[in-house]
Formats: sequence, C-alpha cells, structure tokens
Amino acid sequence: MAEPLLEARGLGKNYGSVVALRDVSTVVNPGQVTCVLGDNGAGKSTLIKVLAGAHQHDAGELLFQGSPVRFASPREALEHGIATVYQDLAVVPLMSVWRNFFLGAEPLRRIGPLRIIDRGLAIDTTRRALADMGIHLRDVEQPVGTLSGGERQCLAIARAVHFGAKVLILDEPTAALGVKQAGVVLRYVAQARDRGLGVVLISHNPHHAHLVGDRFLVLKRGRSLGCHEKDEITLAELTRQMAGGAELDELAHELRGRGIG
Amino acid sequence: MADPTAVRAARGPTPGAPDERVRGQGLLGRLVARPELGALLGAVGVFVFFSAITDQFLSPLGVATWLDDSATLGIMAVAVALLMIGGEFDLSAGVMTASTALVTAMLATRLGWNVWLALLLSLAFALAVGAFNGFLVMRTGLPSFIVTLGTFFALQGLNLGVTRLVTGTVQVSGIRSAPGYESAGFVFASTVDLGGHAFQISIAWWVGAAVIASLVLLRSRLGNWIFAVGGAAGSARAVGVPVTRTKILLFMTTALAGWLVGTINILRFASVQANQGVGLEFQFIIAAVIGGCLLTGGFGSAVGAAIGALIFGMVRQGIVFARWDNDWFFLFLGVLLLGAVLVNNTFRRRAERARR
Repeated sequence: MAEPLLEARGLGKNYGSVVALRDVSTVVNPGQVTCVLGDNGAGKSTLIKVLAGAHQHDAGELLFQGSPVRFASPREALEHGIATVYQDLAVVPLMSVWRNFFLGAEPLRRIGPLRIIDRGLAIDTTRRALADMGIHLRDVEQPVGTLSGGERQCLAIARAVHFGAKVLILDEPTAALGVKQAGVVLRYVAQARDRGLGVVLISHNPHHAHLVGDRFLVLKRGRSLGCHEKDEITLAELTRQMAGGAELDELAHELRGRGIG
Repeated sequence: MADPTAVRAARGPTPGAPDERVRGQGLLGRLVARPELGALLGAVGVFVFFSAITDQFLSPLGVATWLDDSATLGIMAVAVALLMIGGEFDLSAGVMTASTALVTAMLATRLGWNVWLALLLSLAFALAVGAFNGFLVMRTGLPSFIVTLGTFFALQGLNLGVTRLVTGTVQVSGIRSAPGYESAGFVFASTVDLGGHAFQISIAWWVGAAVIASLVLLRSRLGNWIFAVGGAAGSARAVGVPVTRTKILLFMTTALAGWLVGTINILRFASVQANQGVGLEFQFIIAAVIGGCLLTGGFGSAVGAAIGALIFGMVRQGIVFARWDNDWFFLFLGVLLLGAVLVNNTFRRRAERARR
C-alpha cells in the first residue's frame, strides 16, 4: 500500500467550551475513497474544515504525505493539493462554465506589457477536461446557472481533478440531488478515485457511501464510532451505526410496541 | 471497489451523448443574454426620438452639449458598475466628487500649492476614503449600502464644515491663478475643436474609462474575480480568489473616478460649491442599472453603464432642446429605471434557472 496522502491521528477541535471533534483518526489513501458519515451535528463539517484548512485542530496530529501539517488557510491547503468542493459553494451561477472552471487559476497570455486571459485556451481546455470526465456540454459559454445541480457538482469535481488535486474533499455532493443526478455525481467520484486521487466523501446517505467507499469513518456527537474497511462492514451494519445503533433498536422496539398495541 | 454495475446503472442511456431535451439557443438568445443590449436599444430610441422632434439635437453644438453632459456622469457610472458587479454599493461616490475638488482647490488657493501637487494629495485622500469604505464593509460584514451612507453624510458634513471654517463661505474659488493650473487644465478640462465646435476633453476620459473598464472586466484575471465576488463570494473564496482585496480595490476605483470627475469640474469651472455632488450617487447607480447591472451583483457591463449615462445626457439635454419643462426628466427617469430593472430581472431568472 502506498503512503497515505492524508492521515488524522487523534484529531480534536473545540469551539470555546464546545467539543466539536474528539480523538478522530482515519487515513486517506491515493486511489481510495474515505467516507465520513454521521448525523447532523456529528462533527463532519468540523472535520472537513480542519482538513481543508478553514479551521485548525486543537489536539492530535494531521499528516500530509507523512509529515505533520497545520494549514493556516484554505489557500494553503489548496497549494498542498487538497481541493474542497462544498455542496452550496461549488460554483458562481451567473458566470459561464469556462470562467467558473478557471476561476482563481486563469490562464494568461502577454500582449506587450499587459497580461490578459487566454480565452481560447481556457475554453478549449475546459471543454476537453469536461469531456475527459465524460461531461459533454454543447456550449461552455453558457452560465453555470443553466446547469443542473448534479452537473454543477461534476464541474467542480472536474476542475479539482484538472488542477492536479491529490486529495478531493466532497461535502455532501449528493445531498440536494435526485436519484439519477446523485448517480451521475457518484460516477465522477469513482472516476476521480480511479485517476489516483484520494477522495474524502462526506455524506449522511450510507447507500451512496457504500457504493463508492473503501473506508468508512462514522462520527457521532464529535466522536468516532470507528473507522472500518469496506470488507469489515456491511451496508446494513453501516446504516445501523449511522442511524444510532442501539438507540435505533430501542426506538424500533418502542414504535413496534405502540403500533401493534 | 465499488460495485461497477450499480454505478453504471446510474449513467442512464448513452453517456456523453448530447441531451435531447436541450434546444439550440440561436443568435437571438445569445444577443438577449448581453447585458448592454437593452441600454443600446434604449439609447437608439432616445436618439431617434429627439433627433426627430428638435432641430438642435443633431447639430454639432447639440451633440457636443449632450455628450458633455453624459461624460462626467459616465465616468462615475462605469466605476460604479464595476463595484455593483462586485456586489457592493457606494453612496459616497457623488459627494466624493465635491470632496476631492474642495481638497484640490483649498490646497492650491489657500496654501499656494502647485495644482499638480494638490491633485496628488486629493487623489491620496480619495483612495484612502475608498479603502476605508471597503475595509469597513469587509471587516464588519455590514451591507455597503449602510456603511457608505455613513461615509456619505460624514463627507458632506466635512465638505460644508471645513469649507465654511476656511473660507467663511460655502464655496472655494480662485484656482485659476494657482501655479500649474494651465497644464492641469489642459489635461482635464480643455476642449478639442471638431468641425468648428468645441468638444470637452471629459468625453475622451469617459470613453477611455469605459474601454479600460471593459477590458479589465472581460479580459483580465481581476475582471473574472470581480464577477465572482459579486456573484457568489463564498464560492470565489473557496477556490482561492482574494475576495476582500478585490472588493476593497473596487471601492478605491469608485473613489478614483470621483477624484477624476472632481478634478475635471474644479479645473473647468475654477470654483466648487461645498454641497456639490449630493444626490448624484443615485444617478450613477441608475445609469449602471440601465446599462444592465444587477442590483444583487455578479452581472453587468461597463460599456452598458457608459451607454446608460449617454441616455441620461441625451434625455436631459433633449428635453431642454424641445423646450419642455424639466420636470418631465424625472418622469422619464423613473420609467426608464423601472423598464431596465424589469428587463434585468427577466434575464437573471433566465440565467439562474436550473434545468433539473
């Protein structure tokens, strides 16, 4: 097994007196998908904010390719090759597809003393990069707002892959999508993985996660309920753990009692 | 490994084939998507209308008059359009034209400074106020509308208070005799003779501002960032766009434009009223909106704003040529603004409509 791209060892994070994350450990390997699962408030967002450089951890260690790191900003994480695609912050709807694709990394060419955006190159590259991921758009000049939710996520994923991300963090990429759209997005997640990226997939849908995941980190109230390899855990067990395990059994028992009685 | 059949099943029929539900957009659809199209049609309409009903409108003198009226408004409208595309407002822009002119005039007439040196200092003053506006908006997260409303009143108070303290009146004049007035006046307030009629140099500044702003917006990296910070600041920040820096720069740009217009005015009229510029800030915003800028940011055009200012100038002077009462100007203004907002709103829906 190659060296892990990203490794969390006993990671912890407090917001004032609130312990948002405590003693969480997992690894992200190249060519594998690490899924982070949990209910609302489980600490998923806190974990990815630490991984993406938006927040800094208070306890434990974060290792990038074997050496301890502490990212001061999302920009710094990006420079290490850690790209994050947020569910609602993936794209700028009123801007064209190619402008979105190159946002923050615009290709420039010189005209005398001026440096201007190389439109031709940008448009061609966008079309090619999207086609490589199997996304065919008739017109990359159209505003991203005219794309569907799934296509927007795919655009953001294709962008991260194109700009050489080593680690791709996806925050609930399928949460707001219909069944078919979610399937399309998962297909690109699998493609990014097959290209050798380490993918971190945040989800509260165990069915989606189990489809593409290699490793499952289940969080609950800021703590890790365990990090399982794919062959160690079944979909049913994953669903049960996520839903609250023993609590769910209790709830089922209670409801059954009432329903019949 | 993932279950490949499950993943493949999600693809639907023939992945990669063009979606059969997508209609061709056609030339018309593309044209409608241009933000400045509405303004251009409006300008043509106004031009034809006043050319038909008055004789002077098309005469060289008439053209020089309405171009002149449009020019200073246009310089401001272009800068305000950039700021609005970046998602912010600047209500202090109008009064800034007076503040900078006052600073220049006082330094040159009271302290006997060279006009160029006075201009340099008033430029520094303008940029500092712009940076302050931007810094405050970004630091506090308050709407720029309210922050710049504060700066607007503060500057207005300063303009009146300081002018009265220094001169005992509410105007500063006498810059004509200051050293450097001739050369500065040549750059900012001279006229060019075309076909026997004098055209103000401010027209060239207006055109220049529109061209430069357009190139920056559409062809430079900064322009891409301006659209992004106005359209979705969070998304822009997530991909590494320096949102704060870009927005502060935009506030400084409107302040710079305010300085340019203030300079043109003081050198041309050689005196400045302390209450000048009040109320103009809304005209700048209206011109930008007529030119296709969305009030919510992220969309618009610098050329459109320049054309919006042209419509303004043509109507204002056209009404004079037609010997109508000036009150009709405001009716026209209101109707034009409502029309522009409705058109813009329709476009926005079009652009943001997701097909699901």
